[in-house]
Amino acid sequence: MTARGVAVPSEGGPLAPAPGDLRLIVRDQPLSLAEHIARYGPLPAGQLVSQVLVAEVERSGLTGRGGGAFPAGRKIRAVAEASMRPRPVRASGGSPAKGSAANSSVANSSVAKGSVVVANGSESEPASRKDSVLLSLAPHLVLDGIALCASAVGAGRAYLCVGHRAAAVAQSVTEAVAERVRAGLDSVPVEVTTTADGYLSGQENALISALNGNAPLPTFVPPRPAERGVRRRPTLVLNVETLAHIALIARFGSDWFRASGTAGAPGSALVTITGAVERPGVREIPLGTGLGEVLQRSGLSQPAQAVLTGGYFGTWLPLPAALAVPVSDEGMRAAGATLGPGVLAVLPESACGLAETARIASFLAAGSAGQCGPCRNGLPALADALNLIAFGQPSQDIVGWVEQLSGLVTGRGACHLPDGAAGLARSALRVFATDVQAHLTAGPCARAGGPPILPLPAGGYL
Amino acid sequence: MTANRDGGTIQQPRFPEPRLRVNPIACEAHGVCIELLPELISADPWGYPILRPGPVPLHLQSLARRAVAACPTLALMLTSLQP
Repeated sequence: MTARGVAVPSEGGPLAPAPGDLRLIVRDQPLSLAEHIARYGPLPAGQLVSQVLVAEVERSGLTGRGGGAFPAGRKIRAVAEASMRPRPVRASGGSPAKGSAANSSVANSSVAKGSVVVANGSESEPASRKDSVLLSLAPHLVLDGIALCASAVGAGRAYLCVGHRAAAVAQSVTEAVAERVRAGLDSVPVEVTTTADGYLSGQENALISALNGNAPLPTFVPPRPAERGVRRRPTLVLNVETLAHIALIARFGSDWFRASGTAGAPGSALVTITGAVERPGVREIPLGTGLGEVLQRSGLSQPAQAVLTGGYFGTWLPLPAALAVPVSDEGMRAAGATLGPGVLAVLPESACGLAETARIASFLAAGSAGQCGPCRNGLPALADALNLIAFGQPSQDIVGWVEQLSGLVTGRGACHLPDGAAGLARSALRVFATDVQAHLTAGPCARAGGPPILPLPAGGYL
Repeated sequence: MTANRDGGTIQQPRFPEPRLRVNPIACEAHGVCIELLPELISADPWGYPILRPGPVPLHLQSLARRAVAACPTLALMLTSLQP
């Protein structure tokens, strides 16, 4: 990485993907370790790489691809610095040495010192497929990223968490790990684990809680994972796609990374496109590509009225008004939405946005961990109100009640689930305002009785 | 010198101004804090506390400490750090 951004390809050897090329997913079949190395070149290793990696990731402008869009470099630096500090002994928590309970699922691991890296491929967002697709097709990019980060933060242990829906992925990733062990590639052992069922189980703190042998539920912050995570050690949690980008930044440099995307939203990203398109699925796009172009490439087959961005605790944007919105966290934020984990769900004219929203709100209410009073009480109330608007005979003041409930739950949970549910509700009232008035005056529209468009797990997450 | 939220002026604090924060997982809506510090804490429809945003004004800090000490689940805290 001393020759930053410069790959030195021999004839037929590895090449940095050119501008416009797909970076993460180069074909629709998994790349074996040998093919991976032939395509991207060997993983840069050594002391120097660890030292410059953090700065290089910071320069790249890479943000977390799990939904939070937090600068990845800053996150790595925080854990690297925390792992350099003497570990605090605090009266409230007992001595760190006793911190691992006997029933902890990682209590028997052989971590003597150092921090922990957790690769988050849980993907509990029902409409998202990008993490399992990436893990199936390019497992070694993710494992490269884990090795690089483990080295940069001084980790003694790494976990790769795969979603409970993706049993086949867990199997293939486990084989990829074994392939690397046989090749003697990684100095830090990687343990593949399956994330528990549940909408919140992939949330950063819930994941750490589960790895510590506790319930897979969000916890109160602080302490942040960077300070105290798995086995009370500084813990770096990054989405698997983020780690794959890091594997490429380490090889080809931050300038190469920034050659895709925009200045404010550099790089490419994986998005999952679902709903009323001819070719739903996962695509890699340069960040900042117009929403219209992204949807056209997936085949915007029928007249669409809106798109849900950012997953099920995301935001509705109206179509065709939003077709020019750049698909990036920056662009979505300017339009009052979020990109989140990159889910774009297209709602056809033939569906009722209020009915879809009500179903999702019920799903989110059922997905609440029930730990925080405002969420435990507020989300079912919000779902009831939205279901009444979609399918019932509400009075005019129901809109005010939805607004009031949205305000009451926002910012009052240990995690961001209530904020997300409120944002979804508010954006539905905004984007489907005409439908709301029609429902309030004439009852549910004919489209509300149609089949659901947006996928929800059968039986929910109860 | 800086204006405080109640219009008076106070000396610039040497330490970050304390803020109230509630651990929503620990809170069980006993409502003691709402009784003790209605100036800064109100109840939502389910009895859980809604905290007025911003730092705790100087003249309410001892009351705030009392409310923190009285919380049966130790969910209420005074912190000088941003969450």
